[in-house]
Amino acid sequence: MLTKRIIPCLDIKNGRTVKGVNFMDLKDAGDPVELAKKYSKEGADELVFLDISATEERRKTLIDLVRNVAKAINIPFTVGGGISSVEDVSILLKNGADKVSINSSAVKNPNLINELAQEFGSQCVVVAIDAKQIDGNWMVHLVGGKVPTELNLFDWAIEVEKRGAGEILFTSMNNDGTKNGFANEALAKLSTLVNIPIIASGGAGTMQHFADTFLEGKADAALAASVFHFQEIEIPELKKHLKEQNIEIRM
Amino acid sequence: MNIVIIDYGAGNIQSIQFALERLGFEGILSNNWDEIQKADKVIFPGVGEASSAMKKLKESGLDKLIPTLKQPVLGICLGMQLLCNSTEEGNTKGLGIFDVEVVKFSSKVKVPQMGWNTIYNLQSPLFKRINENEFMYLVHSFYAKNCKETIATTNYEVEYSSALQKNNFYGVQFHPEKSGVFGEQILINFLNL
Repeated sequence: MLTKRIIPCLDIKNGRTVKGVNFMDLKDAGDPVELAKKYSKEGADELVFLDISATEERRKTLIDLVRNVAKAINIPFTVGGGISSVEDVSILLKNGADKVSINSSAVKNPNLINELAQEFGSQCVVVAIDAKQIDGNWMVHLVGGKVPTELNLFDWAIEVEKRGAGEILFTSMNNDGTKNGFANEALAKLSTLVNIPIIASGGAGTMQHFADTFLEGKADAALAASVFHFQEIEIPELKKHLKEQNIEIRM
Repeated sequence: MNIVIIDYGAGNIQSIQFALERLGFEGILSNNWDEIQKADKVIFPGVGEASSAMKKLKESGLDKLIPTLKQPVLGICLGMQLLCNSTEEGNTKGLGIFDVEVVKFSSKVKVPQMGWNTIYNLQSPLFKRINENEFMYLVHSFYAKNCKETIATTNYEVEYSSALQKNNFYGVQFHPEKSGVFGEQILINFLNL
């Protein structure tokens, strides 16, 4: 059986790991390569690196980081943040990234999804969607959740699948940073609407939240940052907890 | 040991090179006939879409060379699929080493299959020190059916070939370079063939 995946997310700024609480308050949680090694040894199934730097040198710093991570770990990883062209993706994949995640650039230029899928294959194209529930409607937001759009989460998810996305990383802005659990209702609905894997993100606080997002949210993978970085949840213990509830997990 | 990773512009070959480095080996990226023919071990990688990968292979003439190789050859992911008779992806004719068709998963399951699944019915020195039902990392939308050349099986809606072998040709659907220490063990086993 294909197992559910546990994915620590490392937010990167200028080559260092940070994590925003509700995307605003940034805290330093260590060196990305060391953290990546630690997580892969502890049984993380995959890693995500999200670059939030805004400097001129960001591109080179990110490429160096991707290369160093790829050399150091033996599990797959995804890189996201500021990727907006086929050329951007090409250089990240060439330096050892397995997948790339695109967010705002896909909303601004949806055809980028088609181009990437055609050039590199759907398997490496993750479309990240940040959405917030406003008056009952899940609306897509950009720039780390700061800028609202007119796009509906579910319509957009269907469109990105049609255009060739291989996976959707859905972050609920309502849940992110709250530690009150994932947005399972929206996640379960997403799973009925699209036939590509869904990564749940935003809201992890307890081990049971992960179980809930797999059982109720039908998520294929669950992503979290601070609960792992601050060792509030240890991956081996989490996996044991999930296995006890008959959730398929790689031990 | 002289290890060549065939470089024909299809996919993430850097990861394989890094994996070999971690294991203390050097893999040379090459599309040069002479270099490939002289290698002790040849790795034939590939990710992406089958028909465009096959097109790239033909442009470099490597489609003619690969079937003639005599040393151990390991096809990984799309590389394995291209060693089969044909694939439904882009209606592509393969190199015909493995006598099997590659077909698409149905929409009853999420496609691509992405993540860690088990391999079992292991029947090859490639799986020395690997336990039945060990987890491997897979990302694919198309699969090779079970056939007489199957040396490992995986289940995702159907049972299919997660590894194939015919003579000196080996193929794995999973990514040994991304499958933790057990994936690395399979690479070591291949290098020890």
